[in-house]
This record gives sequence, C-alpha cells and structure tokens, in this order.
Amino acid sequence: MNLPLALLNGVDPWIFGFSFLTVAVTLWMGFRSAKTSKTASDFFVAGRSVSVGWNASAISGEYLSAASFMGVAGMVMSSGYDALWYPVCYACGYLFLLLFIAGPLRRFGAYTIPDFAEGRFDSPLFRKIAVCFVLFIGFFYTMPQMKGAGVTLAYIFPGLPYWVGVVLVGAVITFNVALGGMKGITLVQAFQYWIKMFAISVPVFVLMAVVGFYNTQIGANLAPGETVPPVSSVERKPLVEKAPKDTAWIAPFGPLTTKAVTAAANALPAEQRPAFLAEHQKPYSLLYTYSLIIALVCGTAGLPHILVRFYTNPDGVAAKKTTMWVMILIGVFYVFPPIFGVIGRNLLPELYSGVGAKGTDKIVLELPTLIGAKYGVVGSILSGITCAGAFAAFMSTFSGLLVSMTGALAHDVYGRMLRPKSQPAERMFAFKVAAVLIGGVAVTLGCFVEPLEINFMVGQAFAIAAASYFPLLFMSVWWRGMTMKGAATGMLTGGLCALGAAALTNLGTLALDKGPMGKIFAGFAPLNGFWAQHPLLRILCEQPAIWTVPLAIGLMIVVSKATSAQVPADIRMKMLVLHAPEKLGLKQEYIQEHQAGAGH
Amino acid sequence: MSSPTPAHEDVVHSEPFLRSLMRRQLALSVACAATFLVSLLGLPLLNYVAPAFMATRVAGFTLSWLILGILFFPFVWIISYVFIKRSLRLEEDEVNEARR
Repeated sequence: MNLPLALLNGVDPWIFGFSFLTVAVTLWMGFRSAKTSKTASDFFVAGRSVSVGWNASAISGEYLSAASFMGVAGMVMSSGYDALWYPVCYACGYLFLLLFIAGPLRRFGAYTIPDFAEGRFDSPLFRKIAVCFVLFIGFFYTMPQMKGAGVTLAYIFPGLPYWVGVVLVGAVITFNVALGGMKGITLVQAFQYWIKMFAISVPVFVLMAVVGFYNTQIGANLAPGETVPPVSSVERKPLVEKAPKDTAWIAPFGPLTTKAVTAAANALPAEQRPAFLAEHQKPYSLLYTYSLIIALVCGTAGLPHILVRFYTNPDGVAAKKTTMWVMILIGVFYVFPPIFGVIGRNLLPELYSGVGAKGTDKIVLELPTLIGAKYGVVGSILSGITCAGAFAAFMSTFSGLLVSMTGALAHDVYGRMLRPKSQPAERMFAFKVAAVLIGGVAVTLGCFVEPLEINFMVGQAFAIAAASYFPLLFMSVWWRGMTMKGAATGMLTGGLCALGAAALTNLGTLALDKGPMGKIFAGFAPLNGFWAQHPLLRILCEQPAIWTVPLAIGLMIVVSKATSAQVPADIRMKMLVLHAPEKLGLKQEYIQEHQAGAGH
Repeated sequence: MSSPTPAHEDVVHSEPFLRSLMRRQLALSVACAATFLVSLLGLPLLNYVAPAFMATRVAGFTLSWLILGILFFPFVWIISYVFIKRSLRLEEDEVNEARR
C-alpha cells in the first residue's frame, strides 16, 4: 500500500490523466480492430479500401517515433543547427523512396523486403539472409523508443528510476502485441498521427504566444560576427557551464559535428590546439554532415516497417499520391520540434547539466509547464498533452517494430527454417513466444542506453538500413545484372560494417558515462583514447554511411559481374513487372495464404 | 497476365519496350533526384565556403537556419508534386504505346 502512494507523490494529475487516457484508448482501439482483421492478408489487403488521406496519416503515424517527438527537440537544444539535418532528412528521405523504390516495389506485389528478396532472385536462402536485417535494424530502432518510454515515465513519476519505466512500458506493449492487439491497423496508426500532430503543435503555439515566436527566440541568440543579438525582448535564463556558446550553437559545424576533433584537440598540448582545430575542425565537420545526410536519406528508403505500409494502397497511382501526402504530413510536423529546442535553450537551460532521463531529451515534456507560472493549470494541461503525444510516439513505433520483428522471427525463422511443417496453432503459439522474446531483448537493451541521445540512436538504425536494405532495393530494381550472391555479399558486408561501427560508437560513449553504465562498460574506455588520436576514424565510426553505402553498392556490382551466369532466367519478365504500368496487367502477387497464418 | 491481342503481348514483352520503359522512368527519377541532391548537398558546402553570408539575419533567423528548418520542406513537396505529375503522364504514354 505504501509503495504506490510514494510513487504518486509529486505526480501532476493532469499529466498523468492525459497519458493514461492515450494508453487506454490506444490499447482499446488496437484490440477492437484486431478482432475484425484476423489474417496477414486482412491486414494488408483490407487496408486497400482505405483512402489516400487515411493511409498517409497511418504511414506518418507509424514513422513519427520517440526520436521525432522528443529526440529532435532535445538534440536541437543540445547541438543547435547541425541537429536540424535530422528532421529535414527524415522527411526528405521519402523523396528517394518515391523516386526510385515505392512505385516498382508496389507493382512487384511483394509485401516485405524479405518477400521481395525471395521473389526477385528466386531464392528462399536469400530470404533468410535478408530477414536478419529486420531484426538488426529493429533492435537499433527499439532502443531509442525504450529510452523515450523511460524518460517520459521518469518525468510523470519523479520518484521512478529510469529502468522501471522502460520495463513497464515495454511489458505493456509486448503483451499487447503478443495477445493480438496493435497489429499496426491503419485506423489506429492514423489516429496516433493526429494525436502527435495535435500534441506537438498546440503547446508550441500557446508557448510562442506567451514567450515570443520562433524567429524572436532564435534572434535572442548571438550569431557569429555579431556583437549583440538582434532581439533583446526575450528574457533568457543564464546558460549553464555545459551548454554550448551561442555562436557555436546557432551556426553550422557546431558541437555535434566537431565533437571528435574537439576531443582530439583536448588530448594535445595546449599550444598545439589552435593550429590543430583550425586545420581539421571544419573539413571533418563537413564530412560528418555529408555522412549523416547519406545515412538518413538512404536509410528512410530501407526501413522494413515503413515499406510494408505502402501495400495498403489500391494501386501505384494511389501509392505515389500517398507518399506525397506523407511528406506533407511529416514535413509540417517536423517544423515544430526544433521550436521546442530553441525556446528550451533560452528558458530552460538547466537541462543542459542533466544527464540521461533528466537531460535535454525531456524538453518537449517539461517546457509547457513554464506557462504554469503565469496561467496556472494551463501549463499542466499542455504538459499532459505533450506527454500523451510522447506515449503515442513510442507506442506506435515500438508496436510496429515489434510486429515486423516478431513476424520475421515466427514466420521466417520458426515457420520456414526450424519447423517448416508446423500447424497454424503451433505458429500462433510461436508468434506469442517470439513477441515476448523480442520484447524482452528490446527492454533489456533499452535499460542500458540512458546516457545516449534518442535521436542519435535512431540515426544509427537509419545508417544500418542505408547500408543494407537501401542498396539491395535500389540495385535490384534498376539493374538487371544483379545476382543473389552479389546482393547478399553487398548487403551483408555493408550492413554488418555499419552495425559494428554503430555498436563501437555506443560502447565508447557508454564508457564515458559518470553513472552506473560507465562502470559496466569501463572496459571500452581505451576506445575513446584511440579515437582522440584518430578523430577521422571516430567520425567514420560514428557516421559510417559515407563509406558503407558505396562499399555495399560496389560489392554488389563486382560480385554480380563475377557470378553473372546466375542472373535469374526470367529476369526480363521480372523487370517488366517492376517497371511496366499497372494498366498493362502484369502484376504478380507474392503473398501466399499460408504466410497469413503467421501474421498474428 | 491477360492480354487482349497477341500483338500487344509482343510489344510488351519485347526487349526495346523494356529498355525504353526503364530508361525513361530512370531519367525522370534521376532528374528529380539531381535537383534535390544539388540543393541538399549544396547547403553544407555553402555553409562551408560562405559562413558570413549564411549567418545573415532574415526576420530573426539566420539564413542557413531559415532554409534548413523551414523552407526545405515545401521545396521537397514541389519536387515530389512535379515528379508525380510527370510520372503519371509517362505511364499513360507507355500504355498507349504498348496498345497501339
């Protein structure tokens, strides 16, 4: 009796109420819709009667994760201008998807990337290889969602340790998915988009009306070459010691992209530092920026849980229109999070000195309470709304990822590799076991990542997708000389290099943590010493896309040329199906009824 | 794979038809992608070579912030709108060609 009461100490009823309502409505809607759609083909095909508007909202709803809702604002606050590349490329990556991949893939009639890999190369073996990356990308993507959950719960219940929030939210969503709710049904995801849109825009407009608009808030920061900022009407709080200086924050090539060179300079004797910085800082920073852009733009086109949604379009024309509406919906959304970051820098700078769950990643949740000083309960209500949005963000993306990863494990690993002759009931059971297993791993990983930035981790998932699935899809669609061996070599090498680089970077960062994680990962501390000597290697490790994407594509070309005798015999027909307009009636359906049983 | 006439089948399955199909679609996609990439990759370069110019204030924003944080989104919408218009027209042409 005492423990729950102690937990509720310091809990704002408004914030708690809005968050609880979101969770309850989401679970209820999930179960209601799950009842009406029983099989995987229901999930895919039933959606085809859905209009472009709903479909676009659903895709956006699944896409906008904790990184978009909380992470972008946190990173803009901590790193300034350089962090703006994230929202811009998250939204613009869809253009690459639209230009090169969405149309042909929709015509091919394969529903998932492993389906496509098998159909394009007539190779069940390649399907098994391709399916691994659903899990790799998925786990990297779930870690930041788990951090979002931990941060939000630690904010709502101030006494709660970070890991309890991760375990609690992870368990609720995992059991929900295992029991059949939240299958990524169009209506639920579309509803989630509008919650997020409402939850990010309304508080921003109220905040700006009270404390000053976007441009005034930016104007209060000093740009390079200025002696006084152009706006003096904003009452800024003094910056803490850990906050970046105005001129570094507002200008390109700031703290995010120059971190490696700064660390290297600090390892040098003081008199050599200025010369070293002058020589290396900006060029390396430019390299970092380009690598980040490549990862995000190519990565969007290779995210397994997003591509699936494109098949809920009735035809290719609707698929293209949907993509355009997705870009509009998420583009409008992405204008708002950076505003939180900018206002947060001016009015809540104490978050700079917080770490983990108490750091800048919670700015979206905390900032609206500032209004409370003037308008009382309005601040709590607005903060409750952003908390509800955060729940919608990590719940929708985590569920979507969990469904696709569990599907891959239950359907491809169990249903095809381990027990090809299993009964539907056994597969259903396997799906539940797989959901609990994957949810468990995701929660465990989530407990370790408190010191890492949400947005940065999602960027890593994009980098892995960019070096594995993107080259596979892009090359298989446009080059008929691709062979299975070429595709597999390129995808595995590129993807595993990106995965290894991302893991090394995270281990190094965790070793720097002052808290318990620093002790657990202390063995990796020498890595940081090495990187201080070789800042270029650090950047190539932190943002690997600039070398892994060309590596993957290069290997695909070389190996395919070497094994050119193994190009599928009916390649011309396959290419025709990929590229001929649907009115000519060449489309094939690669989804099969027996797969449907594994879909839930 | 229903085809009304054998002649239609011949055109659709011929090598030149597939070649022209892929080349025209790829040309359109590459043209749109090039417009996008030149701007996307050009912005960091502008920041690099003309930092003072990019730090010019426009209504409180720095020029660079205004472009990346706000103007880039509508720019991409325009590219995608143009692409969809043209690609639908291209498909129409291809269908007519195959059925002729």
